[in-house]
Amino acid sequence: MPSKYQFDTEYQGRFARALQIIRIDPVLLFGLLILTLAGLGILYSAGDQSVELMQKQVVRLSIAFLVMLVAAQIPPHQLYLWTPWVFLVGVILLLMVFFAGDVGKGAQRWLKIGVRFQPSEIMKLATPLMLAWYLSERPLPPGFRSLIISIGLLLVPTIMIAMQPDLGTALLVGAAGFFVVFFAGIRWSVLIGSGLALLAFIPILWRMMHDYQRQRVLTLLDPESDPLGAGYHIIQSKIAIGSGGLYGKGWLNGTQSQLDFLPERSTDFIFAVFAEEFGMMGAAVLLSLYAFIIWRGLYIADHAQDNFSRLLAGSLSMTFFVYLFVNVGMVSGILPVVGVPLPLVSYGGTSLVTLMAGFGMLMSINSHRRLLSR
Amino acid sequence: MRRSLVTDHSEISRLFKVRAIVAGLFSFLLIAALLSRLGWLQIVEFAHFSGLSKENRVRLMALPPNRGLIYDRNGVVMAENRPTYHLELIPEQVEDIDATLAGLGDIVTISERNIEQFHTSMRTHRPFESISLRTRLSEEEVARLAVNRHSFPGMDIVARLSRYYPQGTSAAHAMGYVGRISEKDLNTIDVSNYRGSTHIGKTGLEKYYEEELHGIVGQQNVEVNAEGRILRVIDKIPPLPGNNLVLNLDMELQHTAEQALGDFAGSVIVIQPKTGAVLAFVSEPAYDPNLFVHGISVKEYKALREGDYKPLFNRALFGQYPPGSTLKPFLGLAGIDSKVIGHKQDIRCIGYYTLPNDEKHRYRDWKRHGTVDLGDAIEQSCDVYFYELAHRLGINRMHDYLREFGFGDKTGIDLLGERSGLLPSKEWKRRVHNKIWYPGETLIAGIGQGYMLATPLQLAVATVALANKGKKVQPRLLKEMRDTNGEITAMAVPTTTWIKLKREDRWDHMHKAMQRVLRGKGGTARATGWKLKGYEMAGKTGTAQVFGIAQDAEYDAETVARKLRDHALFISFAPLEDPEIVVAIIEENGEHGSAVAPIAKAIMDKYLLKEDAK
Repeated sequence: MPSKYQFDTEYQGRFARALQIIRIDPVLLFGLLILTLAGLGILYSAGDQSVELMQKQVVRLSIAFLVMLVAAQIPPHQLYLWTPWVFLVGVILLLMVFFAGDVGKGAQRWLKIGVRFQPSEIMKLATPLMLAWYLSERPLPPGFRSLIISIGLLLVPTIMIAMQPDLGTALLVGAAGFFVVFFAGIRWSVLIGSGLALLAFIPILWRMMHDYQRQRVLTLLDPESDPLGAGYHIIQSKIAIGSGGLYGKGWLNGTQSQLDFLPERSTDFIFAVFAEEFGMMGAAVLLSLYAFIIWRGLYIADHAQDNFSRLLAGSLSMTFFVYLFVNVGMVSGILPVVGVPLPLVSYGGTSLVTLMAGFGMLMSINSHRRLLSR
Repeated sequence: MRRSLVTDHSEISRLFKVRAIVAGLFSFLLIAALLSRLGWLQIVEFAHFSGLSKENRVRLMALPPNRGLIYDRNGVVMAENRPTYHLELIPEQVEDIDATLAGLGDIVTISERNIEQFHTSMRTHRPFESISLRTRLSEEEVARLAVNRHSFPGMDIVARLSRYYPQGTSAAHAMGYVGRISEKDLNTIDVSNYRGSTHIGKTGLEKYYEEELHGIVGQQNVEVNAEGRILRVIDKIPPLPGNNLVLNLDMELQHTAEQALGDFAGSVIVIQPKTGAVLAFVSEPAYDPNLFVHGISVKEYKALREGDYKPLFNRALFGQYPPGSTLKPFLGLAGIDSKVIGHKQDIRCIGYYTLPNDEKHRYRDWKRHGTVDLGDAIEQSCDVYFYELAHRLGINRMHDYLREFGFGDKTGIDLLGERSGLLPSKEWKRRVHNKIWYPGETLIAGIGQGYMLATPLQLAVATVALANKGKKVQPRLLKEMRDTNGEITAMAVPTTTWIKLKREDRWDHMHKAMQRVLRGKGGTARATGWKLKGYEMAGKTGTAQVFGIAQDAEYDAETVARKLRDHALFISFAPLEDPEIVVAIIEENGEHGSAVAPIAKAIMDKYLLKEDAK
């Protein structure tokens, strides 16, 4: 006795099955779509309502979703086989940047191969892949030897990127690798112990930092000390967020952003535009959306059926979180300005593509699960 | 990978579940921390940031008023505001600063100092702010830059109004100049009225009438972006431009006086005796006030301040000279008015004078005049007559009479920093030098030497009182003030005081005596007097010693370097019957007053006969 209701579920079921066939997780896709649409909306406001800017971003988003779709088709065991090669190529490209890179914004991070791109972006995926590849081969939780080797694999790209210098990407690559180790079941005592050791490492790190990086940290501690120079970004961004209040000034009405006071407002500082125009309520909704995506990522990781997939999915989800936390933290003035975009919202192509490739991998892990379990 | 499947599957997935839950809780906790940070900024501190945001959006901008213009009495422009062109760079838009600086250096002259200052201000400005590289581009430089503009992105040629003195060095000491507002200036001005102003009157009329010339600042509330670009004017109170000044100076007469003085250092003051109007105000050498408008280099400034004859030094106002024999008409009036001597009473001049109780000390005269009365003594400038007269008057009575004529006092001209000269008395010497007054010093004062000092302006003002037969008029450079519509807003009203003599005909005696200086057979300025046509002049020559000469030593001009030669002085007025012009001249190292009398004639011919000097 077919009813309308049955037809609906049947229809929905058919849609879900269609997604299943192209290995897309509808829950994750829903989160990503809402987020990128919200991102386009705020970009329209932050980019002075430039249609050209919107078109470019829409093209990039389309490419990014396409990349996600392609990545979702690659089964985890295939990825597993490619991993060492991807990592190797990434490191070689990083070395090439070192010797033949293009200087952009005072740092060597671009490499010209047809189009300008940053090899460090590859490492955002290659590093967690490599660590997951390595650790999933060993008994878990990892022993001392495999731990040391993992840390070595993690530090090589991280330090190379930090020396470009690109602190933001180095941080994300390092975090991605760290979370693999974390999910692999490193003991809490070791974790806390190395955390303390890292604290002791700070003075050494300080000496290794470039002047502009030190300046960023110092400015973070006291942004008002240099209101027209290094502190300008943070001061203007805080004014933008704070003046948004609970409900915001309304879409396209953020004076801080519309009147050009806020620098880099369509890229790294786009969250300030959002918080100014939609207030704390809007920001809470946006953060919830991120939390939802992170939750879905961790859920997929938890339900993955092999260690490689688990470690990779867990790490990718948490890297997404680190992205968010560092960006919002820096825009709201509790973290140094390290140049991390707001994931999936900030204007710009490269990070968008790597992020979506990561989500494609998550979807692949999720959709290939049943095949494996069957 | 295959191996992981065969290890203890359930234990590893349990371990992993714990880690995933911890990671999830960790991230949700930190997201909550972000939210509480947003709550702090957007709720607790909302009022603070909301205020900052409004401040950010609306900026109060000062609209500096246009400075008033200055004209001479005939409408000749003395000071105006001209657009000047400046070369500026926006560092953010310049790809290679050093290459651009070098490239621009091939097109226009850019000094090391320009580059140094550019780098200094680059450090204190935001990269999108325009920074000045060169000021005061010539028209040719502007043209050359405009042609090459495309090869220098980030370069801009900016036009601004700046003060310009078309007369250059002419009357520079009266005009003064404007310069950049200094820290010191900030203490003396209403800072809020100078928001947006960059320049202020530093000396001369520009300083004296600063308040009137500057005008009142306007303001506008504008919506701006962070680049300082104005998006919209919200409201506006226009500035009130400064008043225009119309001066008493007559630039034609000024030029005549300057030319007549030639390349001598000195001062010429020309005053209308009836009104006190200063028609010419010469102090030579002069400087070009335009040099100061955009800042003068230390080297240039030093050259002006310490160079030959010190061009920056305003001789008319600050130069204090012994008046020499030009003091004699005033002392003569004092003598006959106080009846120590009759105006027809004779005195015998034997070429020198001795005090009754000190026969050895001879007070020299420049020649033996024989028997002279007041008229003869003035005509020939007999020193012995005035030694005797001074001796009879005594220094205190001399002081009191001369004081009436304004000696030892500021004239009250509309310029700042005027010197008051020096009019000695017994009381003054005791007070300042803690010494008693010697009778011999009275004699020296009687011929305008010794302690006596007067500025050229004081001499001119005293001569005005003499020409006016007792009516003392305060000298004025300003004639009237006009607003931008040309309506007169203020007029200079001369302050007058009267010098009362016991008999009015004393004035006539002195006028006639002074006429004989030019017309008399023995008149010291008879060489000039012979050439007089169309009017009668009264005058008195004077010589001020620069170089101390022993009493009996012969003065030999040839052997004395030019700078050690005596200063030549001349005071005069004309026409004799109803004086309309007073001229006082001090020519440094001019040797004798008779040498400068032609300067007075040239000025008077120009003024009274509308004739150019030949």
